[in-house]
Amino acid sequence: MDKKIRILIAKPGLDGHDRGAKVIARALRDAGMEVIYTGLRQTPEMVVESALQEDVNAVGLSILSGAHMTLLPRIVELLKANHLADVLVFAGGIIPDEDIPALKAAGIRGVFGPGANTDDVVRFIREEVERQSDTETR
Amino acid sequence: MTGRASLSLSPGLPDTIMELVNQALTGNRRALARLISQIENDGALVAQALAEIFARTGRARVIGVTGAPGTGKSTLVSEIAKAYRRTGQTVGIVAVDPTSPFSGGAILGDRIRMRDLAGDPGVFIRSMATRGSLGGLARATADVTKILDAAGYDIILIETVGAGQSEVDIARTADTTIVVEAPGLGDEVQAIKAGILEIADVFVVNKADREGAANTVRALEAMLDLGTAPRATQSAHHGVTINVEPVSRNSESEPAWRPPILQTVALEGKGIDRVIEAITRHQQHLANGEGEVRRRARLAAELEVILRETLLRRLMAGLAPTDVTAMVDRIFKRELDPYTAAQQLLAQQA
Repeated sequence: MDKKIRILIAKPGLDGHDRGAKVIARALRDAGMEVIYTGLRQTPEMVVESALQEDVNAVGLSILSGAHMTLLPRIVELLKANHLADVLVFAGGIIPDEDIPALKAAGIRGVFGPGANTDDVVRFIREEVERQSDTETR
Repeated sequence: MTGRASLSLSPGLPDTIMELVNQALTGNRRALARLISQIENDGALVAQALAEIFARTGRARVIGVTGAPGTGKSTLVSEIAKAYRRTGQTVGIVAVDPTSPFSGGAILGDRIRMRDLAGDPGVFIRSMATRGSLGGLARATADVTKILDAAGYDIILIETVGAGQSEVDIARTADTTIVVEAPGLGDEVQAIKAGILEIADVFVVNKADREGAANTVRALEAMLDLGTAPRATQSAHHGVTINVEPVSRNSESEPAWRPPILQTVALEGKGIDRVIEAITRHQQHLANGEGEVRRRARLAAELEVILRETLLRRLMAGLAPTDVTAMVDRIFKRELDPYTAAQQLLAQQA
């Protein structure tokens, strides 16, 4: 068995800065995960289609444009519609603290802002993905 | 392992491999994606499933795209896929990127250049990490190609890792191999070295709007003028080879294939029509006999790999892990050489 955690890192919306996304992608790679990086300006439909084809355990969304309250819940919704409700969704970027409860209620399980420790992100993903596969085998 | 082995899959997906295969082959893209993961994670588990679908393979045209990093392979693959989509054919893409030898992780970035294909239900793109394979493809690539073939994709495009000189596995997997070059990457001596240039059925000099494109074309022409070595019908991969009887060729020998050298600017979609035309001509050439020779060679190589893996697995199953560790200790202390150690382990097992 050579099972790997597969993660899609995507940048939905229109902002053109992907430094944060690349830092996370690199950190996850160094933690032994397979990271599919989609590049800039992805629509929610594109993100979900990529998640489906790549059979990922998790989707990480980086967003700096301020459109997170629209785009992130939309992606969770589309994942559910495509029978991908078990895919872990987390987000990073410029997201005000007051928005986080609403995002969590919408199904974004983790939110990591600027200054977040990449080790914390890695640990979060490992724990969540492990818990996911535990419930699946039952 | 049997195809009835129970899987721990997600809600909504079937829990046996055979049922997963059935769903993947009848157009369930999520089942197809999960099946590909199963092949990557545990080839033995899916061996029976692959055995059952083998009869349904062999219909797709498999096109390999290889070349050095940064020559524009992903962009070219995307443009070739778009051209086939315009004719109504469906396209499966397997894009391979390297696994880090240190962490075991990988960044798979080929989708970045395939943005134009998003949202097209006639295209299925899968990124794949090499997971330690060194020949430019992943161990699972050939099996995944079979699955896409059986699932009905008309064209399968395989993009290798950024390849240098010896990553030539693609020639054993694809019907037509495209080697992508870009201006300014090397002199004429690079062009006459052995390896990747010898596997080309079609050369593409991409980024042809850049300075030096004419020189690159000239170097490749000069290399071809020196003549190409006859293509072996067997592969000397790890020292041992399976010998295949050569198939009888048609007596009226057809002219040898000379790889055309085409110029493209993939980013602007320029020159792609001529690449498609060259692929078509090459496939017609294969249909006149050489295709059979190649497919037989490919199957022999594949059989060899399966035999090797099966024998090793059988051997290891008959040994305790401590037997191997003990042997490594003795070799480490120079009490024993590795050749004798291997013989002793084999004898122990028998």
